[in-house]
Amino acid sequence: MFDLVLKNGRVIDPAHGVDATTDLAIRDGRVAALGAGLAGAEGIDCTGLVVCPGLIDLHVHLRDPGQEWKEDLLSGAQAAAAGGFTTLCCMPNTVPTNDTGAITRDLVERAVAIPVHLRPVGAISRGLAGKELAEIGEMVSAGAVAISDDGCGVQDGHLMRHAMEYARPFKIPVIIHPQDDTLFGHGVMNEGWRATELGLAGIPAAAEEAQIDRDIRLSALTGTRLHVAHLSTAGGVELVRRAQAAGVAVSAEATPHHLLLTDADMPAYDTHWKMSPPLRGAADRAALVAALADGTIQAIATDHAPHAPQEKELPFDDAPFGVIGLETCLGVVLALVRDGRISLADLLHRLTAGPARILGLATGHLAVGAVADLCCFDPQAPWRVEPERFYSKSRNSPWAGQELTGRPLHTILAGRIVCRDGTVVEGR
Amino acid sequence: MGDEVMVTQEEKMASTIEPHGAKGLPFAHTDLLDTAELTGAEISFLLDQSEAFFEINKRQVKKVPTLRGVTIMDCFFEPSTRTRSSFELAGKRLSADVINFSAAGSSLKKGESLRDTARTLAAMGTDLIVVRHPAAGAAASLAEELAVPVINAGDGCHAHPTQALLDLFTLRRAFGRLEGLKVAIIGDIAHSRVARSNLLAMRTLGMETRICAPPTLLPAAVERYGCSVFHHLPSAIAGVDAIMMLRIQRERASSGAFPSLREYARNYCLTRAHLALAAPHCVILHPGPINRGVEIASDVADSPRSLILDQVTAGVAVRMAILYVLWQQGSGQ
Ligand SMILES: [Zn+2]
Repeated sequence: MFDLVLKNGRVIDPAHGVDATTDLAIRDGRVAALGAGLAGAEGIDCTGLVVCPGLIDLHVHLRDPGQEWKEDLLSGAQAAAAGGFTTLCCMPNTVPTNDTGAITRDLVERAVAIPVHLRPVGAISRGLAGKELAEIGEMVSAGAVAISDDGCGVQDGHLMRHAMEYARPFKIPVIIHPQDDTLFGHGVMNEGWRATELGLAGIPAAAEEAQIDRDIRLSALTGTRLHVAHLSTAGGVELVRRAQAAGVAVSAEATPHHLLLTDADMPAYDTHWKMSPPLRGAADRAALVAALADGTIQAIATDHAPHAPQEKELPFDDAPFGVIGLETCLGVVLALVRDGRISLADLLHRLTAGPARILGLATGHLAVGAVADLCCFDPQAPWRVEPERFYSKSRNSPWAGQELTGRPLHTILAGRIVCRDGTVVEGR
Repeated sequence: MGDEVMVTQEEKMASTIEPHGAKGLPFAHTDLLDTAELTGAEISFLLDQSEAFFEINKRQVKKVPTLRGVTIMDCFFEPSTRTRSSFELAGKRLSADVINFSAAGSSLKKGESLRDTARTLAAMGTDLIVVRHPAAGAAASLAEELAVPVINAGDGCHAHPTQALLDLFTLRRAFGRLEGLKVAIIGDIAHSRVARSNLLAMRTLGMETRICAPPTLLPAAVERYGCSVFHHLPSAIAGVDAIMMLRIQRERASSGAFPSLREYARNYCLTRAHLALAAPHCVILHPGPINRGVEIASDVADSPRSLILDQVTAGVAVRMAILYVLWQQGSGQ
């Protein structure tokens, strides 16, 4: 007798090449069996649904501590559960910065009460100031799975070299937000015709590519694993692809918005389309999609970046960068499967086993004995994005009002149902 | 000045500026945000209307009762002397009550929610709003929130439609036509809302446009405005009918866009010697204020070819026409 059986779903476990319509049974919070006719104390009919490992987002901003009006651990976790995510890595650009073991430990301890596994990312530099190293060892001991100054590019190459060398014994990847501030300047969107037409300052691709190039060289020099956050340009894809071919330990992620949208699509001055790096051109988007399909990009990450309405209602120049994505991610990226750009199994790989591998997590697959983190979604369900119904505290989504196809229904966290029929049932 | 005079002028107005009747103006907008949204016919309509006000402005008594009882709020969130004075004069000559709502004298500043700004303005219950703002898109965002007509008096580097219309008005008076004219725009195109609004309108009207600047002062993909791109001033102005010089902000040199004002002037300052390269009837425009000796030589600015002061005069008439047409649109009259 099992605790819970997901009946008759299309079970896809990209890590093990499983794609079969069958039952999946859970006992003691772990995957216990796959097969026909399994019986449990509780059953959920998953006919017509895809059952896959719980999604892993290695790049979110939960704004906790310090900016809880935008999001907090609970609202972020609920948004994750509603979106099919069971693991989140929260970036350290909080107030105060997660740059010490104490802050990391506080996050990990408080995360016991939220419906998601929280894996904090610690800062590279103290206060993200790019001047001196944060207490990397302390943070790793407290549970940090990577380090990053996300939100800022590390301008000082010497500090970056030291960060990578110092991080090596801890066997964690260094995640970069590649941004050369001198090239980024006062830019607010992609440099190109759309920015020109709108009279807005542009951000050239080179602002991103220059640091990707530098940090690939530093990864080769130091032997530390490098992970490039939110790749947005064709040139960046090419740098990563060449480095991987040369044997450098570099991985990369792309966001749903960079995979689906371009600067030309942006409604004039809509700050819900303002993020960093910015939406790029059609050729960049095509390169990202191709790289996602061929495995150059191993992970989809939302870069969920909540901001309150009053913050986003400023003029485009003044509004903060960032869009939210946890609750729309799956519905958005499934369009790539329908368009024939990537197989469903490969897409799910980039949302599960791909990020798990980058971070060295034991989850993201459905082998018997694995922690039962699961996402059950209806790949055909049409739904309309209504930001006022988000679990997130924020509304800054470029997909507001859009029709998406494919919706997460049930999310299971270590064997517990945390979201049922699209309704989060924990932490309310 | 008695009412008798007013009535007489009102009658004259009726005969000169309302050829289309109260309803169905050949102008489909309730706001004026950019020239991008205007058809050739709409631009011509606004310029025709401007002619009537231009004539009125030559009279001894320049005030007409057209917008009596109408309140115009001039909102300037960025310092401006010329455009603001021009709008204020235009409103007053139309007998409107003109209120200034400036960032300097209020708590409004960069960083306030545009929605709150709009709500504040709406609550004051004015009939027309003129807005100048340092952020691109601000006028459009305010217009979205406000029921009354909004006229963009310059938003960041994005648009300055009333300036473009007064430039076109000045050119049309000089040449009697616009289609087919060759115009060279010289200077800091990257940061110029005047250049953007002119390039868009000139393309719509079938004019030939050229731009000329060091590459550091051109925005990305600028050729998509349908203009030819030059970096060499003598080539850019060869055979043109009009040259529009843009003001160079002194701080551009320290930002590294060019080495020095001296070197900029050596390459891009319009001098008397250059004029021989343009068409013999070529005229000079500049949105002002001019930097003598930087983008334009003093003797060129003061020469008979220069229409710089005619632009200022035209600006009042063109803004009167715009206020009048938009008020009609907004009030449904
Ligand atoms: Zn980032």
